[in-house]
Amino acid sequence: MDLNTIEAVVPTADPARWRPGDAWLAGGTVLFSYGSDTLRRLLDLGRAGWEPVTVSDDGIDLAATCTIATLYRLPDSPGLAGRWPALELVRPCCDSFVASFKIWNMSTVGGNICTSLPAGPMTSLCAGLDGVAAILSPDGTRRALPVAQLVTGDGSNVLEPGELLRSIRLPAHALAARTAFRRLSLSNLGRSGVLLIGRLDAGGGFVLTVTASTKRPVQLRFGAAAAPGPRDLAEALDAAIEPALYHDDIHGLPAWRRDMTYRLAEEIRAELLSERSA
Amino acid sequence: MAMEINGELHANAPRPGQCLRTFLREEGMLGVKKGCDGGDCGACTVHVDGEPVHSCIYPAVRADGRSVTTIEGLAGTVPGQEGLHPVQQQFLDAQGFQCGFCSAGMIMTAATFSEEQKQDLPRNLKGNLCRCTGYRAIEDAVLGRDGGGCSHPADAACALDPEPGAQSGPRAAGADTPAPAAPAVVTGTARYTLDVPAEQLPGLLHLKLARSPHAHARIRAIDTSAALAVPGVVAVFTHRDAPAQLFSTAQHELYTDDPDDTRVLDDVVRFKGQRVAAVVAGTVAAAEAGVRALKVDYEVLPAVFAPEAALAPGAPLLHADKPAASRIAAPERNIVAEVHTEIGDVAAALAAADVVHEQTYTTQRVQHVALETHAAIAWTEPDGTLTVRSSTQVPFLVRRSLARIFDLPAGQVRVTAGRVGGGFGGKQEVLTEDIVALAALKLGRPVQLELTRSEQFRATTTRHPFSIRVRAGARRDGTLAALAVEVTANTGAYGNHGPGVMFHGCGESIAVYRCPAKKVDARSVYTNTVPAGAFRGYGLSQMIFAVESALDELARRLDLDPLEFKRRNMVGDGDAMLSLHAEPEADVHYGSYGLDQCVELVRTALERGRERGADGRELGPDWLIGEGTALSMIDTVPPRGHFAHSIIALVPEGYRLDVGTAEFGNGTTTVHTQLAAEALGTSPAAVQVRQSDTALTEHDSGAFGSTGTVVAGKATLLAAQELAALLRSFASEVSGVPAEQCVPSEAGVDCAGNLLDFGRLAAAAAERGTQLAAEGRWGGTPRSVAFNVHGFRVAVHSGTGELAILQSVQAADAGVVVNPRQCRGQIEGGIAQALGAALYEEVLIDDGGTVTTDILRQYHIPTFADVPRSEVYFARTSDSLGPLGAKSMSESPFNPVAPALANALRDATGIRFSTLPLARDRIYLALKAAGRVPEPLSLVASEAEQVRGCVDVPAV
Repeated sequence: MDLNTIEAVVPTADPARWRPGDAWLAGGTVLFSYGSDTLRRLLDLGRAGWEPVTVSDDGIDLAATCTIATLYRLPDSPGLAGRWPALELVRPCCDSFVASFKIWNMSTVGGNICTSLPAGPMTSLCAGLDGVAAILSPDGTRRALPVAQLVTGDGSNVLEPGELLRSIRLPAHALAARTAFRRLSLSNLGRSGVLLIGRLDAGGGFVLTVTASTKRPVQLRFGAAAAPGPRDLAEALDAAIEPALYHDDIHGLPAWRRDMTYRLAEEIRAELLSERSA
Repeated sequence: MAMEINGELHANAPRPGQCLRTFLREEGMLGVKKGCDGGDCGACTVHVDGEPVHSCIYPAVRADGRSVTTIEGLAGTVPGQEGLHPVQQQFLDAQGFQCGFCSAGMIMTAATFSEEQKQDLPRNLKGNLCRCTGYRAIEDAVLGRDGGGCSHPADAACALDPEPGAQSGPRAAGADTPAPAAPAVVTGTARYTLDVPAEQLPGLLHLKLARSPHAHARIRAIDTSAALAVPGVVAVFTHRDAPAQLFSTAQHELYTDDPDDTRVLDDVVRFKGQRVAAVVAGTVAAAEAGVRALKVDYEVLPAVFAPEAALAPGAPLLHADKPAASRIAAPERNIVAEVHTEIGDVAAALAAADVVHEQTYTTQRVQHVALETHAAIAWTEPDGTLTVRSSTQVPFLVRRSLARIFDLPAGQVRVTAGRVGGGFGGKQEVLTEDIVALAALKLGRPVQLELTRSEQFRATTTRHPFSIRVRAGARRDGTLAALAVEVTANTGAYGNHGPGVMFHGCGESIAVYRCPAKKVDARSVYTNTVPAGAFRGYGLSQMIFAVESALDELARRLDLDPLEFKRRNMVGDGDAMLSLHAEPEADVHYGSYGLDQCVELVRTALERGRERGADGRELGPDWLIGEGTALSMIDTVPPRGHFAHSIIALVPEGYRLDVGTAEFGNGTTTVHTQLAAEALGTSPAAVQVRQSDTALTEHDSGAFGSTGTVVAGKATLLAAQELAALLRSFASEVSGVPAEQCVPSEAGVDCAGNLLDFGRLAAAAAERGTQLAAEGRWGGTPRSVAFNVHGFRVAVHSGTGELAILQSVQAADAGVVVNPRQCRGQIEGGIAQALGAALYEEVLIDDGGTVTTDILRQYHIPTFADVPRSEVYFARTSDSLGPLGAKSMSESPFNPVAPALANALRDATGIRFSTLPLARDRIYLALKAAGRVPEPLSLVASEAEQVRGCVDVPAV
C-alpha cells in the first residue's frame, strides 16, 4: 500500500544518516504490506550493492539484502551442497514462507529477521545454523550477535533505533552438520505454527532450535557426551520453555503448539540420534 | 525518472512512498487490481523486467529505469502474437473465473510458469487468492484444459450426462455458454467500480473515514480546525452535517424488514471502527492526514461484547434511545428481534423419545472477503441528479435508501454498478454510498471512497455468530420425534440483517425434516462489536451446522446409518415444510423435488470412492478415517416479494437486453443471454446485456437470496417470449407470410425459408414507427425449494490434528441446469468458501472489542493448496416455477459443508465437534482430552526400556 507520510527515499546504507522517522528499506515487502502513518523517510538499501552471498572456508555470509529468490537458488551452486549438507534446510525454510514465490523476488533475508515474527523462516534457518548477525550502529560501531538472540519476541528484537542488520554469517561447523527439519501449520502451505530444526554437528553435539511455536527462538544444546534420550529431551524442553513463551495467535493455540513442539522435537531426535543410540 | 510500461515510456515520477500498484493505475493501467494492498492476494501481480511481483508492495521508485508489464500489455510480450496471450486464451477457453477480480493477477502469474511450476500449482499459486471458484476452473485454465463437462468420475452418472439418444443439437439453455464479459475479464479491460478513467471524473475528491477507537462512546466534540488546515483538505463532515434520518444498512425489498437504527454519522459510536467523521481532500494522502489531525472528545460508555452479557439485567444498552418506529423488538434488553414458536408438544415428545441428544453448537464470525473491497463514487449531474457508482448487489435498493436518507425524489437519484468483484451478501448493504453521497451533495464535486482490506474486517459486516442449543429426540425405529432449538445470534452494534437472518436461519434448516414436535426460541442480540450482516446462506449455514450435527448424533446413538436416518425423516415430495408456523408458507411449493436423488447420488459416490481406494487405506496407523454427510434445503426466493423488470429490444445487431440485476461473478448475465436466446431461437451471443443501472429499468430487488436466475431470469424470459410473439406478427406483416410460419431464428426471423435479418427488421420497424421491444416483470412468488447434499471422507492425524479430505462430493437439485459449467462453478466455489469457514476462518475480537484478524495473513482464506477437487452431481428435475425449469444455486452449496465435515470427524474420531472452525489445533486438543493421542513409538519403547514400567511418561 501507499506510504503516504513518506517525504523522501534516500539511497544510503550508512547508519549515521538515520534520524527519527526513518526506516530501512530492504525489499519493502513488510513496510509496504503493513503500511505506516508515522514514517517520514525511507533509507533505501536497494543500491547498497552488497554481495548477496559470500562463500569462504569459514562459512557463508548472507547479506541482509539477499533476496529469498537468490537464497533459494544457493543450494544449486556447484559443489556447495556436497560440501555443506546443512544447505538442505534452505529450501524447506524458504517454502515455509506463507508468501508466494513472487514475494521472494523482493523480500530479503534481513528483512524477515528484522520483522521478528515468531514464524519468520529466515529466523528459523539462521538461528538453526548458529548464524551470527553483523549489526551496524549510527555511531559507527559494529556488533555481532547470534540470530537466536536477536529476535526477542513477537515482532520485537534487540536492534536499537537506527541500527542496521548488515549480514548473517552461517558458520562452517553448522553448515557441515546433518540436519532435520519439521514444520506444522493449521492450513496446507500456511503460516508455520511450529518449526523445528535439529542439527547433529561433526563433533557429535546436538542442537535443537525451536521457532514459530514460541514467541522467540529457543535453542537446546547437548554435548556429544550427553546425547539426549526421549525423556531428557522432553525435560530439556520443559526447562527451556515456560508456558507463557508459547505463541498465541490465530495460527495455533499455545497448548497445540506446545505438544507439537515436543512431538516434532522427538521426531528430530529420533532421526538424528537413532543411529548413535542403536 | 522514467519507466517503461507495456512498451511505452512513462515520464511521470511516483511519490516517494508510493507503491507500484497505485502508480500504474494512475498511469491508466486499470487492469491492476487491489484485493488486499498487502501482498497477500496477488490481484495486483505485474511483471518487472519479466519477473512477477505483487505491485502493491513494490516500491514504485524502484521501478525507475525498468520495464513493467501489466495485464493490458501481456499479449504484446509474445512476438508475433495477435490478440490474446496464450494464458489469456486458456482462461477464456476454460472460463477460469467468476467475478474476475483476481483474474489479471492469476493470468500474470501463470504466464510466467515453467512446465515444472505447472506441476506444483498448490505451491506456485498460493499467492493468488480467488474467493469465487474454488480453484478447479483456474487449474483447468492454467493447465490448458477446456473446463467443461461433468466433474464426476467416469464410472458415475448424473443429470448433466447426455441422455442416450438425446439430440445433441445446440440449444441456448443447457449449454456451457461463456460469460459475455469473459474477453474483457482476461484482458483486464472489464470495468469494476473504481476503474473509471480519470478524465471522466474531473476534480475527483477522495474521502477517508475517521473511525472510533472506542467500543461505545458519546462524541462530546470534534475539533476539525487542524484537519481543515491540512493542505488539500476540502471538507470535514461530522454528525452535525448528517441527516437525522435513521435507516438500516441492510437492504431488502421492504425496508421495514430491517431496523432503523443507523445514521450516516452518529453522535454515539457503538463499535470500534464505526465512522466518526469523513475527511474529503484532493488526494488520499491529504484525506488521511486530515483524519489524523481531527481532535475528537469522547465520553466513553460501558460496552458489552458477548450476547449473554448483553442480555443480562443492567447491561449497557446500545439502542435504548431509539423510537418504536425503529422496529427494534426490545431495545431495553438489547434484542433486535426474537421469535418463540412451538408445533406439537416438544417436552412430551422428548420425554417419550428413546434417545435424546442435547448439545450447544456455536458458529464463529466469518467475513465475506469479496476480493473487491467496498467502494463508491458519487457526483451530481448538471440537472441535480445524484449519481452513485457502487460495488453493490442491490443498486435499486441503494437508490431508494439514498432517496430516503437525503429526502430526495427517487427520480433524482441514480445508482449504477460496474462489474462487481464478488459479493457473497456483503454488498447487500449501504456501507459507502451514503457517505459519498453526503459529500457529493454538499460539495458538488465527485467524491470517491475505497475501503481498505482492514476496514473491511473492522468496520463492514460479518456472518452472524450463532449459539444454538439443540434438543432432539428419536424413537428406536428411526423416527425423529422432537426437534427444539434455542438460538442466540450476535448481530453486533447494528441490527442490519439481524431479524431476517434469524428467521431465515430457523426456517428451511428445520422444515426439511418431518417431525411432530418442533420448537424454536430465537433472538438476535446487540453487542458493541462490528455488525453482522447478510452472508451467503443467510442464517442457514449456522443452523444447518447444528441441526445436521444433532441428527447425525441421534442416528449414531440408534446405531443407524446417519444418512439413512435423515432420508427416513426428511420431507418427501408434497410434505408440508414446517418450522416457525404450524401451517406451511403459503407461497412455497415443490416446483420440483430432487432431495431423494441428491441423497442417493452422494451415498453412491461415497461408495464408489471406497471402492476406488479413496478410503485412506494407504495411510499409516496414526490416521483415523471417517465419513460424514449433511443435507440442506433452501427456498429459491426470499419471502415477501422480490421484484425484477427486464426490457428487451431488437436492434440492428441482434437484441439489447436491459436488466436490473447486478453481475458479481454469479454468472447471471450469461444465464440471461441464454434464457433470452432460447425464447428467441438465437444464440446467446446475439443478446447484448446492459444492467444494474437504475436509469435503465424500473426496479429490481437485487441480486441476493439467489434470485439472479429465478426472479430476474424469469422476468427476462417473459420479456423475450413476448418479444418473440411480437416479432412473429411483425415479420408476418412485413413479409406477408402467415405468422405461424414466421419463426425467430439465429439471425432474425425466418419467414417460411426467407430470413428477415435483424437489420431489416430494425429498419422496417423504424419506417413504421414501431418499437420491437417487450418488457417482463416477476414478483418472486410463488417460490420453490432447492436442495444440496454433501459428503466427505476424511482422515485425521491423531498425533497432530491434521485433517485431510480424501473425498468430497456434492449433489444439487438445481432444477434444469441452464449453464452446467457455471452452475458447477457456483457449487465448487460454495464448497471452497464453506471449507474456509469450516476449517480455519475466524474474525477474532479481543476483550476490548478490537478486531485482531484484519489482514489476509491473519484471516486465512482457502488458497489453491487448501481446496480439494469435489465431485459435483446434479439431480434430474425440472422446476414448474423457475424459468425453463431452473432453480437457484448460488448460496446453497455453502450450507451442508461444515456439518458434513463435522460428521465425518465424528465418524473418524468418536468426538462430536460442536464449535466451528474445526481447526487442526482444536481437533488435536479434543483428541488429547479424549485420550486418543498415541505416544510416539520411540518414546514408549525407550521409556519401557529405561524406566521399566514407570508410568511417569511426559505427555506428548
